[in-house]
Amino acid sequence: MRLGLPFLLAGFAVSMQPAIAQNGEIGLPKAVEAGNPFSIQSSGSGKATLYIVGLGQVLKRDVNLGETISFPAGSLYHAGHYVVVLAGPTGTESGSLNVTAAGKPAELSFLAEPSRLPVGLHDGITGAAYVFDAYRNLIVAPSSVSFELSSPTGAAQRRTATTRDGAAWIAMDSTAQQGKDKFVAEIGGISATRVIGQVAGDPCELKMSAKSSGSEVELETDPVRDCSGNAVPDGTIVTFTESYRDSQSTVDVPLKRGVAKVDMPAHDGATISVASGVVMGNQIRWEGR
Amino acid sequence: MPRTLPILCACLAAAAGYAAAQANVRIEPSHLEGPRVLQQQTADAAIRDYLQSWQSMGAALEQNRADLLNADFAGAARSEVAGAIQQQAALGIRTRYQDRSHDIQIVFYSPEGLSIELTDTVEYDVQILDHDKPLSTQQVRARYIAILTPSEVSWRVRVLQANPD
Repeated sequence: MRLGLPFLLAGFAVSMQPAIAQNGEIGLPKAVEAGNPFSIQSSGSGKATLYIVGLGQVLKRDVNLGETISFPAGSLYHAGHYVVVLAGPTGTESGSLNVTAAGKPAELSFLAEPSRLPVGLHDGITGAAYVFDAYRNLIVAPSSVSFELSSPTGAAQRRTATTRDGAAWIAMDSTAQQGKDKFVAEIGGISATRVIGQVAGDPCELKMSAKSSGSEVELETDPVRDCSGNAVPDGTIVTFTESYRDSQSTVDVPLKRGVAKVDMPAHDGATISVASGVVMGNQIRWEGR
Repeated sequence: MPRTLPILCACLAAAAGYAAAQANVRIEPSHLEGPRVLQQQTADAAIRDYLQSWQSMGAALEQNRADLLNADFAGAARSEVAGAIQQQAALGIRTRYQDRSHDIQIVFYSPEGLSIELTDTVEYDVQILDHDKPLSTQQVRARYIAILTPSEVSWRVRVLQANPD
């Protein structure tokens, strides 16, 4: 119900606000940056009540019509759409204003995965970042987020990504060296760090040697490393297989101090092979020495 | 590789079982950037839960009951709406939000699968009541951005923010 009103709300911009725009029948700031002061000028006379209602904040203030209604810094700090109602002695007028996120980033929400992975995986590490201001409003204006993945040796990959609707993401390769990498997202001096554990990959060039030990043959691998030279973790299973005539014996041995050892029956003419996972090592034909 | 969602220019309420029976819902094709494929079932669940959040938010703001937010909101979004409810209650105000239409597009699915971001051009009515006296009803059209994260059994709204077009 609209009644003739003896007053008129007119937006009054302080210096840090954008120009006032008429918004329906009342004038209001078209937009207010979160946390900034703003003011509204009313006209007419008498008492009225001003309501500013949004999903994140609700303000109500008794005002004298004809006066400038000032809101100090920090009055409205949740970004969003606000309904503004001025209820006066003869009726109400309404309008709306938008509160926008502050332009300066103050917080990064940084999601990184995985927390642990093998070395040398292309695009194996991904990170996503959401950018917020000091009031935890999502900054939707495009902005550049820097991502850096650094290995314990100091080698680093650096990339940037531009946010779209407040979100940016990146994929990076895991580095060649095992250890704890630092994965950092940064914007405007604000950063968030995640630690990515990189472990050795599959064994590479698995090699064993054999020597006689009475009625048995002692088998021992060289220190087992991945293709980047990282020691494969103890506990990784190495499988020794001995084939002799029509029989076959298999022994699974966990790596201990980087090597796998086992004693197997010494049959002249036996063939002994070694493997770990999908990686085949060398093969030995045992001739009694 | 279902990277795009079919356009559903229909009221999904009956099919999905959520309470937004009155609201028209339009789902725009997704424009996802990123390595993770968004499965149709995941998209459907996120949109269903997002729409449900509007119902619970409307009820919470009308009854000034922040506990009604618990099932559908988390983090900053819950804190903000709960804060508004607290302010409303202190001032003797209630608000009625009635969503009339949604135009939704999923714009980001984070690589680890722990967040979905969507945009929604919403048309809704807001009625303000001061000590149960209706003051004003305003029709609003606004573009919202929502970020949802998975909880035990549903997606919850973690960020809900209107932005100028």
